[in-house]
Amino acid sequence: MTAPAELTCKELVELVTEFLEGYLPEPDRERFEAHLAICDGCTAYVEQMRTTIRVTGTLTEEQVPQEATDRLLSAFRSWKDR
Amino acid sequence: MQSGTDRDLDLLDALRAGDDDAFMELVERYQAMMLRIAAMFVPSRAVAEEVVQETWLGVLQGIDRFEGRSSFRTWLFRILVNIAKTRGQRERRSVPFSSLLPGDPEESAVDPDRFQPATGDLPGHWVTFPAHWEQAPEERLLAGETRGVVEGAIEGLPPAQATVIRLRDVLGWSSQEVCNALDISETNQRVLLHRARSKVRRALERYLTEEMVET
Repeated sequence: MTAPAELTCKELVELVTEFLEGYLPEPDRERFEAHLAICDGCTAYVEQMRTTIRVTGTLTEEQVPQEATDRLLSAFRSWKDR
Repeated sequence: MQSGTDRDLDLLDALRAGDDDAFMELVERYQAMMLRIAAMFVPSRAVAEEVVQETWLGVLQGIDRFEGRSSFRTWLFRILVNIAKTRGQRERRSVPFSSLLPGDPEESAVDPDRFQPATGDLPGHWVTFPAHWEQAPEERLLAGETRGVVEGAIEGLPPAQATVIRLRDVLGWSSQEVCNALDISETNQRVLLHRARSKVRRALERYLTEEMVET
């Protein structure tokens, strides 16, 4: 048996989402974690992705214009009276 | 605090009983996202608004058949996507579904120039390491301007990537819910999310690097 080839940084950045989503299959996950243990650049990169997700989570959806909701409300009222 | 999905079920009960406020709360909650998704399938904003309107009418007509086996929002978005697809075909401006899918297989998460070439000492390794953002103060990361950078980056994404990152990371949906609502596979969902997050990270990196140089 040969040891699995070491992951490069360039390969690792393409696997980050699968890793964070818990979808990285076993031999790859081990290689991923082994690489992180020795690579400060990739450790920073994974942290940056986590921070990106966290900052994105602070955004909010825009509000809906009043006239659109008014039209829906009158549709709702006529449904109620059906 | 009540979870979003539990609140939906309470609102549905109230809506069945004819409560205007409950209906409006549901509309407020989902309208913006519904418009964005509808816009992926039809040619104009005006048609997208009609699709959303029609979806709500479909919800009212079908509410007695909704048994709560899936979450309300999964059910809602399935109705929306079905109507939007039909409408898109009728308008003869049907977006080929393939254009919503990941596309260019070569698109990379990070600028390839950031890595050493095959002739380097360590091919495929960083030329210079990414910065540790913990050094950026928390207030700066969560400041309005930083969030504006993220919002701008999402706005600039292809529609399918923008929709997936909004559902997953802004609204906090699970991957399963996103797949169900948009009728895409797990793999496609993950590729879209990966591309979207990678680009938002790049935008943040560009912004924070300038910031840190200035200070």
